[in-house]
Amino acid sequence: MIAIAIVRTKDLLAVVMLTGIYGLLSASFFVVLDAVDVAFTEAAVGAGISGLLMLAAITMTGRAEAPKRHKPLLALLVVFVTGGMLIYGTLDMPYFGSFDAPIHQHVAPRYINDSMQEVGVPNIVTSVLASYRAFDTLGEVAVIFTAGIGVLSLLSLPRRRRSSQLDESSKDQMHEQHMVLRIISKILIPFILLFALYVQFHGDFGPGGGFQAGVIFAAAIILYAMLFGLETARRVFNQSIIQLIAAIGLLLYASVGVVSLFNGGNFLDYNVLAQDPIAGQHLGILLIELGVGCTVTAVMIIIFFNFAGRREAQQHSTKQNSHELNSTDQSCTELKEAE
Amino acid sequence: MMLLGLYNYWIVVMLMMIGFYIVIAHGNLIKKLVGLTIFQTSVFIFYISMGNVDSGSAPILAEGVARYSNPLPHVLILTAIVVGIATTALGLALVVRIKESYGSIEEHEIQIQDQLTEDKT
Repeated sequence: MIAIAIVRTKDLLAVVMLTGIYGLLSASFFVVLDAVDVAFTEAAVGAGISGLLMLAAITMTGRAEAPKRHKPLLALLVVFVTGGMLIYGTLDMPYFGSFDAPIHQHVAPRYINDSMQEVGVPNIVTSVLASYRAFDTLGEVAVIFTAGIGVLSLLSLPRRRRSSQLDESSKDQMHEQHMVLRIISKILIPFILLFALYVQFHGDFGPGGGFQAGVIFAAAIILYAMLFGLETARRVFNQSIIQLIAAIGLLLYASVGVVSLFNGGNFLDYNVLAQDPIAGQHLGILLIELGVGCTVTAVMIIIFFNFAGRREAQQHSTKQNSHELNSTDQSCTELKEAE
Repeated sequence: MMLLGLYNYWIVVMLMMIGFYIVIAHGNLIKKLVGLTIFQTSVFIFYISMGNVDSGSAPILAEGVARYSNPLPHVLILTAIVVGIATTALGLALVVRIKESYGSIEEHEIQIQDQLTEDKT
């Protein structure tokens, strides 16, 4: 229903708010479907970061959508025909929740029954992600890294270009107005960071892991950047160091694979990393989750800093928008608290 | 009664078609990206709902739990979400650059401008 509202709304700002709600709803939906790890990620990404990035983009591109000039009848027809065919296709699908469906027959039983002996990690999602399908995950981290580079090359600005006093003072004034938010966020940020670290290192035993921790960590830093100004955040988190961290994360991941090659195993075969295979698996998973966490955090921060930096350089009349940024941010914080 | 067991797929198809409709019927590039996001989420829901098992529990090994949800779709979707946000950000970055060089993010206005420059050359 929210999706339908998104179709109808012309005001892009409202669309983005609705996307946030949509992300939160789908996160709770994932909890209902027993996918806790996924819900985690979706809550931080769908309801937090993606909305923020879209807001940042909208402040640069304007928030009104032009009215349509042509009738969307053709599009509707195409959509209905495709949808009808897809629904016809579902008639042969296994029923929802049935356990003799083909998807549960193939490799899943091995993961569920043997992962404790082979990997020794209670969270099956983590053991599949980091051990059985580590090569996939390496590829995905590489994709994230590449996307980060892409944003960097598209949006990065020559550094230290603007230093107008007037701009600086107006920003200060703007941030004075959000005293309550700033104080509360100052209290909250350490807890969010701590929570992210917990999610990072406890991912073997409970829901969590590098991807989730990465986005939560990045969200905390973005919150800081938003409330205390980009300049302050830039001073605290040096951009070139963050770019380095993104690369190091990916390298750490790949080098774990290379080390296991040198130790006589296959690429990313952790059994050979230590004397005891289980200990090797633990070490391998810990290291590559760390790599994933580093890369994801760094790339998210790079993306946000570049969007926000571009915006500040472009427009100075963003007071009104920053109000809205703060309010989404607060909901994003509340969300993390709820978790 | 028989067909009601398939309702999860129908929800997915509905969401997918809504996203698809936004992508093809709207000219605004950001709106198109939102549409793509909805489409993407529908695929996520599709995978996760396939992995779900009646009276199953979350795939974290524990004492006294006999049946777990299928962990494989969870892994795939978990990474897909983060990759999705990274690629969406890349798309938004492209939109921002388009806005800078064309002064608009409406598809038809961009096409008109392209036409004009082609006529000139």
